[in-house]
Amino acid sequence: MNQKEKKIVALAAAFALVFGVAPAANAMHIMEGYLPPKFCIMWGAISIPFLIAGYLSIKRTLSKHHRSITILAMGGAFVFVLSSLKIPSVTGSCSHMTGTGLGAILFGPSAVSILGIIVLIFQAILLAHGGLTTLGANTFSMAIAGPFVSYGIYKLCKMLRVNKYVGIFLAASIGDLFTYCITSVQLALAYPSENGGTIASAAKFLAVFAPTQLPLAIIEGILTVVIIIGLETYAKSELTDLGFMNGGEN
Amino acid sequence: MTKTKKTVVILLIIAALIAIIPLFTLKGAEFGGSDDAGSKVVSEITGTDYQPWFTPVLETWIGGELPCEIESLLFCVQTGIGVGVIAFFMGRFVERNKIENQKSKIK
Repeated sequence: MNQKEKKIVALAAAFALVFGVAPAANAMHIMEGYLPPKFCIMWGAISIPFLIAGYLSIKRTLSKHHRSITILAMGGAFVFVLSSLKIPSVTGSCSHMTGTGLGAILFGPSAVSILGIIVLIFQAILLAHGGLTTLGANTFSMAIAGPFVSYGIYKLCKMLRVNKYVGIFLAASIGDLFTYCITSVQLALAYPSENGGTIASAAKFLAVFAPTQLPLAIIEGILTVVIIIGLETYAKSELTDLGFMNGGEN
Repeated sequence: MTKTKKTVVILLIIAALIAIIPLFTLKGAEFGGSDDAGSKVVSEITGTDYQPWFTPVLETWIGGELPCEIESLLFCVQTGIGVGVIAFFMGRFVERNKIENQKSKIK
């Protein structure tokens, strides 16, 4: 088998894995009014330092490289698009992606918290999706925890000299999945199950969320790679400004 | 077609397939709203029908649940804003690239 054939077989195997997953149910942001007030305040408070760091990080990047504002806008728009597309999943229900991986890779994880919270506020107010009371918790899972994991994986792949695109794919998709792990934990902390406590409860939520999200995470990874290829081709100077091109080459 | 273009097209096709296939393989599935299942699990764990203690502000303003058509409209608006921004800047980058290439050719 040559390289290409190996890739095709691996791809087919991945497909089989994805579609072999047993049907369960679905999920997304934590619904309005579903977290006790205590937890709403706690998650909100935890999110605030990240948001401030994000604001400062964006300010710093923009003052250094004013032109990169276009890329930042695109990163934000990417979150907008991906989190608005509800996609049918193998479990027979819909869920949507986060789109935060792109911003995390290009601008660093804290900057994405600002992009993410804009989208979350939009959805909470206009779409009754997520919610204002659960904004803190949702911000933490989608705009903070996910991007940080994405960024970590991207850096790790770079260190291990993994192919750049594979690294981006892994970063975006695992970050997406991790967002839902955090959502499960957040719900579990608020609703520990009677026998087994928080952990049993987390497992239950995770069983609901993870299978639905897995194929979507793969789509998110693919789309992130595609848009990075596009930017590399047409916006090389901006990416160089952001320090993405230099050292990023394999 | 260049190699990059081919890769991009293949990747997009894979993404579209992953998204569409469940619709055909899982006939009769509900593909219900994503909020419901989470709330079901909450009810299951607490043992009672959980009552949210806060209703979405928009639903308070209009005094009822958001009509499903309007919801899809608003989701489309969100997608539209996003796609618009991405397409606008991408278009600018592509054109800029073209002009730069032409300039370097003349030199």
